[in-house]
Amino acid sequence: MTDHALSGFAFSPSAASAVRTVHARGGAPVALRGLAKSFGAKPVLSGIDLEIPAGQFLAVVGRSGCGKSTLLRTIVGLESPSAGVVAAARGDEARIMFQEPRLLPWARIVDNVRVGVPGGKTKADAREAARAALAEVGLADRAGEWPSVLSGGQKQRVALARALVSRPRLLALDEPLGALDALTRIEMQALLERVWREQGFTAVLVTHDVSEALALADRVILIENGAIALDIAVDLPRPRRRGSPEIARLEGAILDQLFGNGASEDALKESVA
Amino acid sequence: MRLELKSVLPFLIPAGLIVLWQVLASAGEISQSVLPAPTQVVAAGWRLALSGELWANIWISTWRALTGLAIGGGIGFALGLANGASKLSERLTDPSLQMIRTIPHLAMIPLVILWFGIDETAKIFLVALGVFFPIYLNTLHGVRTVDDQLVEMGRAYGMSPATLFAKVVLPGALPSIFVGLRYALGIMWLTLIVAETISASSGLGYMAMNAREFMLVDVVVLAILIYAALGKLADSGAKLLERATLSWHPAYVSR
Ligand SMILES: Nc1ncnc2c1ncn2[C@@H]1O[C@H](COP(=O)(O)OP(=O)(O)OP(=O)(O)O)[C@@H](O)[C@H]1O
Ligand SMILES: [Mg+2]
Repeated sequence: MTDHALSGFAFSPSAASAVRTVHARGGAPVALRGLAKSFGAKPVLSGIDLEIPAGQFLAVVGRSGCGKSTLLRTIVGLESPSAGVVAAARGDEARIMFQEPRLLPWARIVDNVRVGVPGGKTKADAREAARAALAEVGLADRAGEWPSVLSGGQKQRVALARALVSRPRLLALDEPLGALDALTRIEMQALLERVWREQGFTAVLVTHDVSEALALADRVILIENGAIALDIAVDLPRPRRRGSPEIARLEGAILDQLFGNGASEDALKESVA
Repeated sequence: MRLELKSVLPFLIPAGLIVLWQVLASAGEISQSVLPAPTQVVAAGWRLALSGELWANIWISTWRALTGLAIGGGIGFALGLANGASKLSERLTDPSLQMIRTIPHLAMIPLVILWFGIDETAKIFLVALGVFFPIYLNTLHGVRTVDDQLVEMGRAYGMSPATLFAKVVLPGALPSIFVGLRYALGIMWLTLIVAETISASSGLGYMAMNAREFMLVDVVVLAILIYAALGKLADSGAKLLERATLSWHPAYVSR
Protein backbone atom coordinates (compact mmCIF):
# COMPACT_ATOMS: atom_id res chain seq x y z
CA MET A 1 0.00 0.00 0.00
CA THR A 2 2.93 2.29 0.65
CA ASP A 3 3.97 2.51 -3.00
CA HIS A 4 0.37 3.23 -3.89
CA ALA A 5 0.46 6.22 -1.56
CA LEU A 6 3.50 7.52 -3.35
CA SER A 7 2.22 6.86 -6.87
CA GLY A 8 0.75 10.36 -6.94
CA PHE A 9 4.20 11.84 -6.42
CA ALA A 10 4.32 15.21 -8.12
CA PHE A 11 7.09 14.28 -10.50
CA SER A 12 5.50 11.06 -11.68
CA PRO A 13 3.78 11.42 -15.07
CA SER A 14 1.29 8.63 -14.27
CA ALA A 15 -0.37 10.70 -11.56
CA ALA A 16 -2.55 12.50 -14.08
CA SER A 17 -4.34 9.27 -14.94
CA ALA A 18 -5.07 8.35 -11.32
CA VAL A 19 -8.35 10.25 -11.23
CA ARG A 20 -11.11 8.20 -9.61
CA THR A 21 -14.52 9.35 -8.56
CA VAL A 22 -15.86 6.19 -6.93
CA HIS A 23 -17.02 7.46 -3.54
CA ALA A 24 -16.61 11.16 -4.13
CA ARG A 25 -19.44 13.52 -3.18
CA GLY A 26 -17.75 16.30 -5.12
CA GLY A 27 -16.80 19.70 -3.78
CA ALA A 28 -18.95 22.28 -2.06
CA PRO A 29 -18.55 26.01 -2.72
CA VAL A 30 -17.65 28.54 -0.04
CA ALA A 31 -18.84 32.14 0.03
CA LEU A 32 -17.72 34.85 2.45
CA ARG A 33 -19.38 38.24 2.29
CA GLY A 34 -18.21 41.26 4.24
CA LEU A 35 -16.56 38.95 6.74
CA ALA A 36 -14.96 40.63 9.76
CA LYS A 37 -13.49 39.05 12.84
CA SER A 38 -12.05 40.70 15.90
CA PHE A 39 -10.93 39.31 19.24
CA GLY A 40 -12.09 41.78 21.84
CA ALA A 41 -11.06 45.19 20.58
CA LYS A 42 -8.41 43.73 18.28
CA PRO A 43 -9.55 43.51 14.64
CA VAL A 44 -7.97 40.58 12.79
CA LEU A 45 -9.98 40.37 9.57
CA SER A 46 -12.18 42.98 7.97
CA GLY A 47 -14.29 43.23 4.83
CA ILE A 48 -13.30 39.88 3.36
CA ASP A 49 -15.27 38.90 0.26
CA LEU A 50 -14.31 35.53 -1.09
CA GLU A 51 -16.00 33.05 -3.39
CA ILE A 52 -14.44 29.62 -3.65
CA PRO A 53 -16.02 27.56 -6.44
CA ALA A 54 -16.76 23.90 -5.75
CA GLY A 55 -13.69 21.71 -6.11
CA GLN A 56 -11.16 24.52 -6.22
CA PHE A 57 -7.82 24.16 -4.46
CA LEU A 58 -7.21 27.50 -2.75
CA ALA A 59 -4.04 28.38 -0.90
CA VAL A 60 -3.92 31.16 1.70
CA VAL A 61 -0.55 32.76 2.41
CA GLY A 62 0.55 35.68 4.52
CA ARG A 63 2.77 36.73 7.38
CA SER A 64 2.62 35.04 10.73
CA GLY A 65 -0.23 36.49 12.77
CA CYS A 66 -2.01 38.04 9.76
CA GLY A 67 -5.15 36.00 10.42
CA LYS A 68 -4.81 32.97 8.13
CA SER A 69 -5.86 30.49 10.80
CA THR A 70 -8.66 32.78 11.89
CA LEU A 71 -9.98 32.90 8.33
CA LEU A 72 -9.82 29.12 8.00
CA ARG A 73 -11.43 28.50 11.38
CA THR A 74 -14.21 30.89 10.48
CA ILE A 75 -14.82 29.06 7.20
CA VAL A 76 -15.31 25.71 8.96
CA GLY A 77 -17.30 27.25 11.80
CA LEU A 78 -14.82 26.95 14.66
CA GLU A 79 -14.99 30.73 15.08
CA SER A 80 -18.10 32.78 14.51
CA PRO A 81 -17.70 35.95 12.45
CA SER A 82 -17.99 39.34 14.15
CA ALA A 83 -19.74 40.63 11.04
CA GLY A 84 -20.66 39.35 7.61
CA VAL A 85 -21.86 36.02 6.30
CA VAL A 86 -20.18 32.65 5.88
CA ALA A 87 -21.79 30.11 3.60
CA ALA A 88 -19.97 26.79 3.57
CA ALA A 89 -20.47 23.07 4.08
CA ARG A 90 -20.99 21.97 7.70
CA GLY A 91 -21.03 18.80 9.78
CA ASP A 92 -19.24 15.80 8.31
CA GLU A 93 -19.16 17.50 4.90
CA ALA A 94 -16.55 19.95 6.21
CA ARG A 95 -13.35 18.74 7.84
CA ILE A 96 -10.30 20.50 9.18
CA MET A 97 -6.75 19.29 9.52
CA PHE A 98 -4.77 21.17 12.15
CA GLN A 99 -1.12 22.06 12.25
CA GLU A 100 -0.67 19.34 14.88
CA PRO A 101 -1.97 15.83 14.20
CA ARG A 102 -4.21 15.99 17.31
CA LEU A 103 -4.57 12.22 17.54
CA LEU A 104 -6.04 10.73 20.70
CA PRO A 105 -3.01 9.08 22.32
CA TRP A 106 -5.24 6.51 24.07
CA ALA A 107 -6.94 5.29 20.91
CA ARG A 108 -5.42 2.88 18.39
CA ILE A 109 -4.72 4.30 14.93
CA VAL A 110 -7.84 2.77 13.41
CA ASP A 111 -9.99 4.13 16.27
CA ASN A 112 -8.48 7.57 15.76
CA VAL A 113 -9.59 7.46 12.15
CA ARG A 114 -12.99 6.21 13.31
CA VAL A 115 -13.45 9.56 15.05
CA GLY A 116 -14.05 11.02 11.58
CA VAL A 117 -16.69 8.48 10.57
CA PRO A 118 -20.15 10.10 10.55
CA GLY A 119 -22.62 8.83 13.15
CA GLY A 120 -25.25 6.21 12.38
CA LYS A 121 -22.87 3.50 11.21
CA THR A 122 -22.35 0.21 12.98
CA LYS A 123 -19.02 -0.25 14.69
CA ALA A 124 -17.95 -2.83 12.11
CA ASP A 125 -18.86 -0.56 9.19
CA ALA A 126 -17.08 2.37 10.80
CA ARG A 127 -13.98 0.25 11.30
CA GLU A 128 -14.13 -0.90 7.70
CA ALA A 129 -14.36 2.71 6.48
CA ALA A 130 -11.48 3.70 8.77
CA ARG A 131 -9.30 0.89 7.41
CA ALA A 132 -10.08 1.94 3.85
CA ALA A 133 -9.11 5.54 4.63
CA LEU A 134 -5.88 4.32 6.22
CA ALA A 135 -5.11 2.29 3.11
CA GLU A 136 -5.57 5.45 1.08
CA VAL A 137 -2.81 7.22 2.98
CA GLY A 138 -0.61 4.11 2.90
CA LEU A 139 -0.90 3.14 6.56
CA ALA A 140 -3.18 0.10 6.37
CA ASP A 141 -0.63 -2.06 8.18
CA ARG A 142 -0.43 0.26 11.21
CA ALA A 143 -4.14 0.18 12.08
CA GLY A 144 -3.72 -1.61 15.41
CA GLU A 145 -0.86 0.46 16.82
CA TRP A 146 -0.76 3.36 19.27
CA PRO A 147 -0.14 6.86 17.83
CA SER A 148 2.93 7.29 20.03
CA VAL A 149 4.95 4.86 17.89
CA LEU A 150 4.41 6.77 14.62
CA SER A 151 6.69 9.39 13.11
CA GLY A 152 5.50 12.98 12.68
CA GLY A 153 4.72 12.49 9.00
CA GLN A 154 2.84 9.26 9.67
CA LYS A 155 0.79 10.95 12.38
CA GLN A 156 -0.23 13.65 9.91
CA ARG A 157 -1.20 10.96 7.41
CA VAL A 158 -3.46 9.40 10.07
CA ALA A 159 -4.96 12.86 10.66
CA LEU A 160 -5.53 13.13 6.90
CA ALA A 161 -7.24 9.73 6.87
CA ARG A 162 -9.45 10.89 9.76
CA ALA A 163 -10.36 14.03 7.80
CA LEU A 164 -11.07 12.09 4.60
CA VAL A 165 -13.01 9.15 6.00
CA SER A 166 -16.32 11.05 5.92
CA ARG A 167 -15.71 11.97 2.27
CA PRO A 168 -15.88 15.69 3.01
CA ARG A 169 -16.86 18.20 0.35
CA LEU A 170 -14.72 20.87 1.98
CA LEU A 171 -11.30 20.23 3.49
CA ALA A 172 -9.61 22.99 5.43
CA LEU A 173 -5.90 22.54 6.09
CA ASP A 174 -4.10 24.74 8.61
CA GLU A 175 -0.40 24.36 7.82
CA PRO A 176 -0.64 20.60 8.28
CA LEU A 177 2.83 20.08 6.84
CA GLY A 178 4.52 22.92 8.68
CA ALA A 179 6.36 20.71 11.16
CA LEU A 180 7.61 18.12 8.68
CA ASP A 181 11.06 17.79 7.14
CA ALA A 182 11.53 18.78 3.48
CA LEU A 183 11.35 15.29 1.99
CA THR A 184 8.30 14.22 4.00
CA ARG A 185 6.66 17.50 3.03
CA ILE A 186 7.06 16.78 -0.66
CA GLU A 187 5.63 13.28 -0.18
CA MET A 188 2.69 14.65 1.77
CA GLN A 189 2.06 17.34 -0.84
CA ALA A 190 1.89 14.64 -3.50
CA LEU A 191 -0.47 12.60 -1.35
CA LEU A 192 -2.69 15.63 -0.78
CA GLU A 193 -2.79 16.44 -4.46
CA ARG A 194 -3.67 12.85 -5.29
CA VAL A 195 -6.60 12.55 -2.86
CA TRP A 196 -7.86 15.98 -3.89
CA ARG A 197 -7.88 14.89 -7.54
CA GLU A 198 -9.54 11.60 -6.69
CA GLN A 199 -12.25 12.98 -4.45
CA GLY A 200 -12.81 16.42 -5.88
CA PHE A 201 -13.44 18.21 -2.56
CA THR A 202 -12.91 21.94 -2.20
CA ALA A 203 -9.54 22.45 -0.50
CA VAL A 204 -8.43 25.51 1.47
CA LEU A 205 -4.78 25.23 2.45
CA VAL A 206 -3.17 27.71 4.80
CA THR A 207 0.58 27.72 4.41
CA HIS A 208 3.51 30.03 5.04
CA ASP A 209 5.39 28.35 2.20
CA VAL A 210 4.71 30.22 -1.06
CA SER A 211 6.28 27.50 -3.20
CA GLU A 212 4.04 24.90 -1.55
CA ALA A 213 1.03 27.06 -2.35
CA LEU A 214 2.12 27.34 -5.98
CA ALA A 215 2.84 23.63 -6.30
CA LEU A 216 -0.65 22.63 -5.16
CA ALA A 217 -3.21 25.38 -5.59
CA ASP A 218 -5.46 26.56 -8.41
CA ARG A 219 -5.50 29.95 -6.80
CA VAL A 220 -3.47 31.74 -4.16
CA ILE A 221 -4.66 34.57 -1.96
CA LEU A 222 -2.45 36.72 0.21
CA ILE A 223 -3.80 38.14 3.46
CA GLU A 224 -2.36 41.44 4.61
CA ASN A 225 -3.67 43.89 7.20
CA GLY A 226 -6.78 41.79 7.62
CA ALA A 227 -7.78 41.89 3.97
CA ILE A 228 -7.08 40.04 0.73
CA ALA A 229 -4.11 41.89 -0.75
CA LEU A 230 -3.51 39.59 -3.69
CA ASP A 231 -5.68 37.04 -5.47
CA ILE A 232 -3.96 35.19 -8.29
CA ALA A 233 -4.95 32.22 -10.42
CA VAL A 234 -2.33 29.53 -10.94
CA ASP A 235 -3.26 28.19 -14.35
CA LEU A 236 -0.50 25.67 -14.70
CA PRO A 237 -0.82 22.03 -15.74
CA ARG A 238 -0.40 19.29 -13.13
CA PRO A 239 1.72 17.66 -11.95
CA ARG A 240 3.73 20.82 -11.61
CA ARG A 241 7.44 21.00 -11.96
CA ARG A 242 9.17 22.72 -9.11
CA GLY A 243 11.29 25.67 -10.20
CA SER A 244 9.64 26.12 -13.61
CA PRO A 245 9.82 29.70 -14.94
CA GLU A 246 6.05 30.30 -14.55
CA ILE A 247 6.10 29.26 -10.92
CA ALA A 248 9.19 31.36 -10.30
CA ARG A 249 7.44 34.38 -11.80
CA LEU A 250 4.33 33.96 -9.64
CA GLU A 251 6.44 33.38 -6.55
CA GLY A 252 8.28 36.59 -7.29
CA ALA A 253 5.02 38.51 -7.57
CA ILE A 254 3.78 37.22 -4.22
CA LEU A 255 7.06 37.81 -2.41
CA ASP A 256 7.26 41.33 -3.87
CA GLN A 257 3.88 42.11 -2.41
CA LEU A 258 4.96 40.61 0.93
CA PHE A 259 8.36 42.23 1.25
CA GLY A 260 8.36 45.04 -1.30
CA ASN A 261 6.19 48.05 -0.58
CA GLY A 262 4.23 46.29 2.18
CA ALA A 263 7.17 45.51 4.42
CA SER A 264 8.29 49.00 5.35
CA GLU A 265 4.72 50.15 6.02
CA ASP A 266 4.08 47.19 8.30
CA ALA A 267 7.31 47.63 10.19
CA LEU A 268 6.35 51.23 10.78
CA LYS A 269 2.89 50.29 12.00
CA GLU A 270 4.26 47.68 14.37
CA SER A 271 6.77 50.05 15.89
CA VAL A 272 3.98 52.55 16.53
CA ALA A 273 1.65 49.92 18.05
CA MET B 1 21.52 -15.36 35.27
CA ARG B 2 21.78 -11.57 35.41
CA LEU B 3 18.05 -11.26 35.19
CA GLU B 4 17.52 -13.65 38.10
CA LEU B 5 19.92 -11.72 40.28
CA LYS B 6 18.12 -8.52 39.38
CA SER B 7 14.71 -9.83 40.40
CA VAL B 8 16.07 -11.20 43.69
CA LEU B 9 17.85 -7.97 44.58
CA PRO B 10 14.91 -6.03 46.13
CA PHE B 11 14.18 -8.92 48.53
CA LEU B 12 17.70 -9.26 49.89
CA ILE B 13 17.46 -6.60 52.58
CA PRO B 14 13.99 -7.55 53.95
CA ALA B 15 14.96 -11.24 54.00
CA GLY B 16 18.23 -10.40 55.74
CA LEU B 17 16.41 -8.35 58.36
CA ILE B 18 13.98 -11.18 59.11
CA VAL B 19 16.86 -13.66 59.48
CA LEU B 20 18.69 -11.23 61.78
CA TRP B 21 15.51 -10.66 63.79
CA GLN B 22 15.01 -14.43 64.16
CA VAL B 23 18.62 -15.01 65.17
CA LEU B 24 18.61 -12.20 67.76
CA ALA B 25 15.26 -13.30 69.19
CA SER B 26 16.31 -16.95 69.44
CA ALA B 27 19.54 -15.94 71.11
CA GLY B 28 17.52 -13.99 73.68
CA GLU B 29 19.02 -10.67 72.64
CA ILE B 30 15.52 -9.23 72.09
CA SER B 31 13.08 -9.69 74.95
CA GLN B 32 9.88 -11.52 73.99
CA SER B 33 7.79 -8.81 75.59
CA VAL B 34 9.37 -6.26 73.24
CA LEU B 35 9.44 -8.14 69.96
CA PRO B 36 8.62 -11.85 69.60
CA ALA B 37 10.53 -13.91 67.05
CA PRO B 38 9.17 -14.18 63.49
CA THR B 39 8.34 -17.84 64.12
CA GLN B 40 6.19 -16.82 67.09
CA VAL B 41 4.34 -14.27 64.98
CA VAL B 42 3.69 -16.92 62.35
CA ALA B 43 2.49 -19.29 65.07
CA ALA B 44 0.09 -16.63 66.38
CA GLY B 45 -1.20 -16.11 62.86
CA TRP B 46 -1.73 -19.84 62.44
CA ARG B 47 -3.57 -20.06 65.76
CA LEU B 48 -5.91 -17.18 64.93
CA ALA B 49 -6.45 -18.42 61.40
CA LEU B 50 -7.53 -21.82 62.68
CA SER B 51 -9.97 -20.28 65.13
CA GLY B 52 -11.41 -18.15 62.33
CA GLU B 53 -10.87 -14.98 64.36
CA LEU B 54 -8.23 -13.69 61.93
CA TRP B 55 -10.39 -14.02 58.83
CA ALA B 56 -13.39 -12.42 60.47
CA ASN B 57 -11.32 -9.41 61.48
CA ILE B 58 -9.59 -9.06 58.12
CA TRP B 59 -12.94 -9.29 56.40
CA ILE B 60 -14.64 -6.65 58.54
CA SER B 61 -11.70 -4.25 58.18
CA THR B 62 -11.54 -4.73 54.42
CA TRP B 63 -15.27 -4.24 54.14
CA ARG B 64 -15.09 -0.95 56.06
CA ALA B 65 -12.15 0.25 53.99
CA LEU B 66 -13.74 -0.52 50.63
CA THR B 67 -17.17 0.82 51.59
CA GLY B 68 -15.61 4.08 52.76
CA LEU B 69 -13.53 4.24 49.58
CA ALA B 70 -16.55 3.63 47.37
CA ILE B 71 -18.61 6.33 49.06
CA GLY B 72 -15.95 9.02 49.56
CA GLY B 73 -14.11 8.19 46.33
CA GLY B 74 -17.35 8.06 44.35
CA ILE B 75 -18.49 11.46 45.56
CA GLY B 76 -15.01 12.93 45.07
CA PHE B 77 -14.81 11.53 41.54
CA ALA B 78 -18.25 12.83 40.59
CA LEU B 79 -17.60 16.30 42.03
CA GLY B 80 -14.15 16.39 40.41
CA LEU B 81 -15.68 15.66 37.01
CA ALA B 82 -18.53 18.10 37.50
CA ASN B 83 -16.28 20.92 38.68
CA GLY B 84 -13.73 20.23 35.95
CA ALA B 85 -16.42 20.43 33.29
CA SER B 86 -18.67 23.20 34.61
CA LYS B 87 -17.60 26.60 35.83
CA LEU B 88 -20.95 27.07 37.54
CA SER B 89 -20.64 23.89 39.57
CA GLU B 90 -17.07 24.82 40.47
CA ARG B 91 -18.00 28.30 41.68
CA LEU B 92 -20.75 26.80 43.75
CA THR B 93 -18.91 23.97 45.49
CA ASP B 94 -15.15 24.34 45.23
CA PRO B 95 -14.63 27.16 47.77
CA SER B 96 -16.61 25.25 50.42
CA LEU B 97 -14.72 22.05 49.69
CA GLN B 98 -11.39 23.83 49.95
CA MET B 99 -12.51 25.19 53.31
CA ILE B 100 -13.38 21.73 54.64
CA ARG B 101 -10.07 20.46 53.32
CA THR B 102 -8.18 22.55 55.86
CA ILE B 103 -9.61 20.37 58.66
CA PRO B 104 -7.46 17.23 59.15
CA HIS B 105 -10.05 14.49 58.89
CA LEU B 106 -8.69 12.61 61.89
CA ALA B 107 -9.41 15.69 64.01
CA MET B 108 -13.06 14.84 63.45
CA ILE B 109 -12.81 11.60 65.44
CA PRO B 110 -14.26 12.92 68.74
CA LEU B 111 -17.14 14.57 66.91
CA VAL B 112 -17.75 11.50 64.76
CA ILE B 113 -17.91 9.31 67.87
CA LEU B 114 -20.44 11.71 69.37
CA TRP B 115 -22.50 11.61 66.19
CA PHE B 116 -22.38 7.94 65.30
CA GLY B 117 -21.13 6.20 68.45
CA ILE B 118 -18.61 3.46 67.72
CA ASP B 119 -20.58 1.49 65.18
CA GLU B 120 -19.77 0.96 61.51
CA THR B 121 -21.04 4.35 60.34
CA ALA B 122 -18.36 6.22 62.27
CA LYS B 123 -15.47 4.32 60.66
CA ILE B 124 -16.94 4.40 57.18
CA PHE B 125 -17.59 8.11 57.50
CA LEU B 126 -13.99 8.78 58.50
CA VAL B 127 -12.58 6.69 55.67
CA ALA B 128 -14.90 8.33 53.17
CA LEU B 129 -13.88 11.78 54.37
CA GLY B 130 -10.20 10.84 54.18
CA VAL B 131 -10.25 9.45 50.64
CA PHE B 132 -12.56 12.15 49.30
CA PHE B 133 -9.99 14.91 48.88
CA PRO B 134 -7.16 13.15 47.06
CA ILE B 135 -9.65 11.73 44.57
CA TYR B 136 -11.58 14.98 44.20
CA LEU B 137 -8.48 17.14 43.73
CA ASN B 138 -6.75 14.82 41.28
CA THR B 139 -9.87 14.21 39.22
CA LEU B 140 -10.45 17.96 39.01
CA HIS B 141 -6.84 18.55 38.04
CA GLY B 142 -6.99 15.74 35.47
CA VAL B 143 -10.11 17.08 33.78
CA ARG B 144 -8.78 20.64 33.78
CA THR B 145 -5.49 19.71 32.17
CA VAL B 146 -6.98 17.68 29.33
CA ASP B 147 -5.44 18.94 26.09
CA ASP B 148 -7.70 21.75 24.78
CA GLN B 149 -6.58 21.01 21.24
CA LEU B 150 -7.97 17.49 21.50
CA VAL B 151 -11.24 18.79 22.89
CA GLU B 152 -11.48 21.25 19.99
CA MET B 153 -10.72 18.43 17.55
CA GLY B 154 -13.49 16.33 19.11
CA ARG B 155 -15.99 19.17 18.78
CA ALA B 156 -14.92 19.94 15.21
CA TYR B 157 -15.40 16.27 14.33
CA GLY B 158 -18.95 16.32 15.61
CA MET B 159 -18.62 14.48 18.93
CA SER B 160 -21.65 14.83 21.22
CA PRO B 161 -20.93 16.00 24.80
CA ALA B 162 -21.29 12.41 26.05
CA THR B 163 -18.90 11.05 23.42
CA LEU B 164 -16.48 13.88 24.02
CA PHE B 165 -16.47 13.00 27.70
CA ALA B 166 -16.02 9.26 27.16
CA LYS B 167 -13.45 9.44 24.37
CA VAL B 168 -11.46 12.56 25.18
CA VAL B 169 -11.95 14.01 28.67
CA LEU B 170 -12.06 10.87 30.81
CA PRO B 171 -9.12 9.08 29.16
CA GLY B 172 -7.13 12.30 29.30
CA ALA B 173 -7.84 12.72 33.01
CA LEU B 174 -7.19 9.07 33.87
CA PRO B 175 -3.46 9.26 34.70
CA SER B 176 -4.17 12.01 37.22
CA ILE B 177 -7.17 10.13 38.63
CA PHE B 178 -4.94 7.13 39.30
CA VAL B 179 -2.47 9.29 41.18
CA GLY B 180 -5.40 10.33 43.37
CA LEU B 181 -6.59 6.76 43.80
CA ARG B 182 -3.23 5.44 44.94
CA TYR B 183 -2.85 8.29 47.37
CA ALA B 184 -6.38 7.67 48.63
CA LEU B 185 -5.64 3.99 49.23
CA GLY B 186 -2.85 4.93 51.62
CA ILE B 187 -5.12 7.31 53.49
CA MET B 188 -7.86 4.69 53.53
CA TRP B 189 -5.82 2.16 55.56
CA LEU B 190 -4.29 4.82 57.77
CA THR B 191 -7.70 6.23 58.69
CA LEU B 192 -9.10 2.80 59.37
CA ILE B 193 -6.21 1.79 61.63
CA VAL B 194 -6.62 4.92 63.70
CA ALA B 195 -10.41 4.61 63.87
CA GLU B 196 -10.35 0.91 64.77
CA THR B 197 -7.65 1.39 67.34
CA ILE B 198 -9.55 4.12 69.11
CA SER B 199 -13.02 2.69 69.04
CA ALA B 200 -14.13 -0.66 67.70
CA SER B 201 -15.43 -4.03 68.77
CA SER B 202 -14.13 -5.90 65.73
CA GLY B 203 -11.54 -5.56 62.97
CA LEU B 204 -7.77 -5.69 62.84
CA GLY B 205 -7.28 -2.56 64.92
CA TYR B 206 -9.53 -3.97 67.61
CA MET B 207 -7.65 -7.27 67.46
CA ALA B 208 -4.39 -5.44 68.07
CA MET B 209 -5.72 -3.32 70.92
CA ASN B 210 -7.37 -6.31 72.53
CA ALA B 211 -4.12 -8.30 72.31
CA ARG B 212 -2.26 -5.42 73.93
CA GLU B 213 -4.49 -5.68 76.98
CA PHE B 214 -3.54 -9.33 77.36
CA MET B 215 0.13 -8.60 76.58
CA LEU B 216 -0.01 -10.75 73.43
CA VAL B 217 2.82 -8.96 71.65
CA ASP B 218 2.91 -11.57 68.87
CA VAL B 219 -0.70 -10.77 67.88
CA VAL B 220 0.03 -7.03 67.94
CA VAL B 221 2.96 -7.53 65.58
CA LEU B 222 0.82 -9.81 63.43
CA ALA B 223 -1.89 -7.15 63.09
CA ILE B 224 0.69 -4.57 62.07
CA LEU B 225 2.13 -6.88 59.42
CA ILE B 226 -1.33 -7.68 58.06
CA TYR B 227 -2.08 -3.97 57.75
CA ALA B 228 1.12 -3.56 55.80
CA ALA B 229 0.25 -6.51 53.56
CA LEU B 230 -3.26 -5.20 52.90
CA GLY B 231 -1.87 -1.78 52.04
CA LYS B 232 0.61 -3.32 49.64
CA LEU B 233 -2.12 -5.47 48.11
CA ALA B 234 -4.36 -2.45 47.48
CA ASP B 235 -1.49 -0.52 45.92
CA SER B 236 -0.55 -3.43 43.66
CA GLY B 237 -4.17 -3.77 42.60
CA ALA B 238 -4.31 -0.09 41.67
CA LYS B 239 -1.02 -0.41 39.81
CA LEU B 240 -2.34 -3.36 37.83
CA LEU B 241 -5.51 -1.46 36.96
CA GLU B 242 -3.42 1.54 36.00
CA ARG B 243 -1.26 -0.52 33.72
CA ALA B 244 -4.26 -2.14 32.08
CA THR B 245 -6.07 1.12 31.37
CA LEU B 246 -3.04 3.25 30.52
CA SER B 247 -1.43 0.77 28.16
CA TRP B 248 -1.39 3.49 25.49
CA HIS B 249 0.86 5.67 27.62
CA PRO B 250 4.49 5.68 26.45
CA ALA B 251 5.53 5.28 30.11
CA TYR B 252 3.72 1.94 30.28
CA VAL B 253 4.21 0.68 26.74
CA SER B 254 7.89 -0.06 27.13
CA ARG B 255 7.58 -1.82 30.49
N1 LIG C 1 -8.69 33.16 20.39
C1 LIG C 1 -8.01 34.31 20.21
N2 LIG C 1 -8.10 35.31 21.13
C2 LIG C 1 -7.44 36.46 20.95
N3 LIG C 1 -6.65 36.74 19.89
C3 LIG C 1 -6.52 35.80 18.94
C4 LIG C 1 -7.19 34.53 19.06
N4 LIG C 1 -6.86 33.79 17.98
C5 LIG C 1 -6.04 34.55 17.23
N5 LIG C 1 -5.83 35.76 17.80
C6 LIG C 1 -5.01 36.86 17.24
O1 LIG C 1 -5.39 37.05 15.93
C7 LIG C 1 -4.28 37.30 15.10
C8 LIG C 1 -4.27 36.35 13.95
O2 LIG C 1 -4.05 35.04 14.43
P1 LIG C 1 -3.98 33.79 13.48
O3 LIG C 1 -3.74 32.60 14.34
O4 LIG C 1 -5.16 33.77 12.61
O5 LIG C 1 -2.68 34.11 12.62
P2 LIG C 1 -1.98 33.25 11.48
O6 LIG C 1 -1.96 34.05 10.26
O7 LIG C 1 -2.60 31.92 11.43
O8 LIG C 1 -0.50 33.15 12.05
P3 LIG C 1 0.53 31.91 11.94
O9 LIG C 1 1.05 31.91 10.55
O10 LIG C 1 1.60 32.28 12.90
O11 LIG C 1 -0.20 30.69 12.31
C9 LIG C 1 -3.06 37.19 15.99
O12 LIG C 1 -2.63 38.49 16.33
C10 LIG C 1 -3.55 36.48 17.21
O13 LIG C 1 -2.87 36.94 18.35
MG1 LIG D 1 -1.99 29.95 12.01
